[in-house]
Amino acid sequence: MAEKIATRAAYGETLVALADQYPQLVVLDADLSGSTMTKDFAKAHPERFYNMGIAEANMVGVAAGLAACGKKPFANSFAMFAAGRAFEQVRNSVAYPGLNVTVVGSHGGLSVGEDGATHQCCEDIAIMRAIPGMTVVNPCDGNEMRAAVKALLDHDGPAYLRMCRLAVESVTDELPGYQFELGKGVTIREGSDVTVAATGLMVQAAVKAAEALAAEGISVRVLDFHTIKPLDGALLEKAARETGAIVTAEEHSVIGGLGGAVAEYVSEHCPVPVVRHGVQDQFGRSGKAQEVLDAYGLNAAGVVEAVRKALALKK
Amino acid sequence: MDIKTLARTAANGRLLALEAVHTAASGHPGGSLSAMDILTVLYFNTMKVDPANPKDPDRDRFVLSKGHCTPALYSVLALKGFFPVEDIKLFRSIHAHYSGHPDMNNVPGVDMSTGSLGQGVSAAVGMALAGKLDKKDYRVYTDLGDGEIEEGQTWEAVMAAAKYHLDNLCAIVDVNGLQIDGNTSDVMPSEPLDAKYEAFGWNVIHVDGHDYAALIAAFEQAAACKGKPTMLLARTVKGKGISYMENNAGWHGKAPSDEQYEQGKKELEAVLAGLEVE
Repeated sequence: MAEKIATRAAYGETLVALADQYPQLVVLDADLSGSTMTKDFAKAHPERFYNMGIAEANMVGVAAGLAACGKKPFANSFAMFAAGRAFEQVRNSVAYPGLNVTVVGSHGGLSVGEDGATHQCCEDIAIMRAIPGMTVVNPCDGNEMRAAVKALLDHDGPAYLRMCRLAVESVTDELPGYQFELGKGVTIREGSDVTVAATGLMVQAAVKAAEALAAEGISVRVLDFHTIKPLDGALLEKAARETGAIVTAEEHSVIGGLGGAVAEYVSEHCPVPVVRHGVQDQFGRSGKAQEVLDAYGLNAAGVVEAVRKALALKK
Repeated sequence: MDIKTLARTAANGRLLALEAVHTAASGHPGGSLSAMDILTVLYFNTMKVDPANPKDPDRDRFVLSKGHCTPALYSVLALKGFFPVEDIKLFRSIHAHYSGHPDMNNVPGVDMSTGSLGQGVSAAVGMALAGKLDKKDYRVYTDLGDGEIEEGQTWEAVMAAAKYHLDNLCAIVDVNGLQIDGNTSDVMPSEPLDAKYEAFGWNVIHVDGHDYAALIAAFEQAAACKGKPTMLLARTVKGKGISYMENNAGWHGKAPSDEQYEQGKKELEAVLAGLEVE
């Protein structure tokens, strides 16, 4: 039975679990520690936790200063504010000097649900990816998140980690031979007719879509791109050559995120049709998380439709 | 360091800053000249830094939050021995790494990359927090412009520094009263600064930003103050030391012509000569 847990919950428990092993780790939050799940770290290690109040710009700058003195800060807020409000601090105070800060954006994408458009950030991957030297990571489940946190603690340099509010069923915890490596995609399911390159909770939707299409005799390869930057070009190129068409699936705008990254790479290295499935240049809206995802086609049915488009283009 | 030597060092720094901006044909002379005496006192009297070991984890730190004033910072760092004085000719040049705004990875002695206003002071807060966490006794200094404090982020940083009782942090606001578009009192009034920073929980000291003895005493008072960060409100003259630049917002970010350069050089050399004679 696959585990069902929000990536943010797995994140919070991993910070606590690894705190002793990584004494340089410090955690900053902007009055959202109950939502970003840093509250347990705050309780376990109050001397290494800084609540900077509702002031994300300063939080990121303070993280940069801590990193300049050898600390390993994880700076947390909602994706909208960590990557959005504090974009310029991430760019100029963290990334330009190449400081060792992980900016963590929780509540990424539409699955924020009820809070609506102002809090549903569907641009964070695009804007973080545009910054030189940033590593951008978006794990699909709790198992992958735990491995990602450890990998980012070992990583030297600026990084953005996206996580989501909604509890999701694990797809990687029972995957034979699963290993997490920054910058390396994961083959979740083999297939030969078309590839779905997915990230975050759309990996689960892609698996369900592949199962549905298998019943029709369509063989769908599913790749999990937990790291959007650096992109695993080798895995993508192999999929393009072997399956001849690619669908990207993400809980993010189709502009500039995984879809953008894949389209850029494929058009330059191994041109095949690419259909970008995600949020179609729109703002989100309020509703229960699953209802909102369904309203925007961010589910298995949406992926199936995108696969049919890609297959039509392939012919 | 004695007052006369500090004065001579600052005059040499002003000469170098003027040369940097003139050679590059771009840069920010006005704020650099207003900050020169503050930086000179910090690097030649107050701060524990070693040019032979610029990354010493126990060193005092300085963050130039008003990052455009690299002509002042680079000149003082060069005079202190972090890099050759001749390198000042490479300021803003494509052939070197003396970028327009401070670059901690390429310019020895620069503790933080800054330039986007309002951000340096947050990094300084982070450095002071790290010092507390590691139980080190280094101090952190940061210089802000009085135009820069219009950035809301500086007030976020000021709140955080008070919350964490960062008595190892000393910020200086270089109050020259001018910013690009004119008087700060016209563009965006910020006074009374002392009442504001006091209300935010800081120890506030007024000081003449061109009086070496007063600056030395103010930094000593800051170090002696326990339990809260200190803000030095340093009254300064934008363009200090070059007659045609003084109190003129037009010299915020403009390079002098050859003729203006020669005149400025002559004025500064006269100051130096006066310091030799006495």
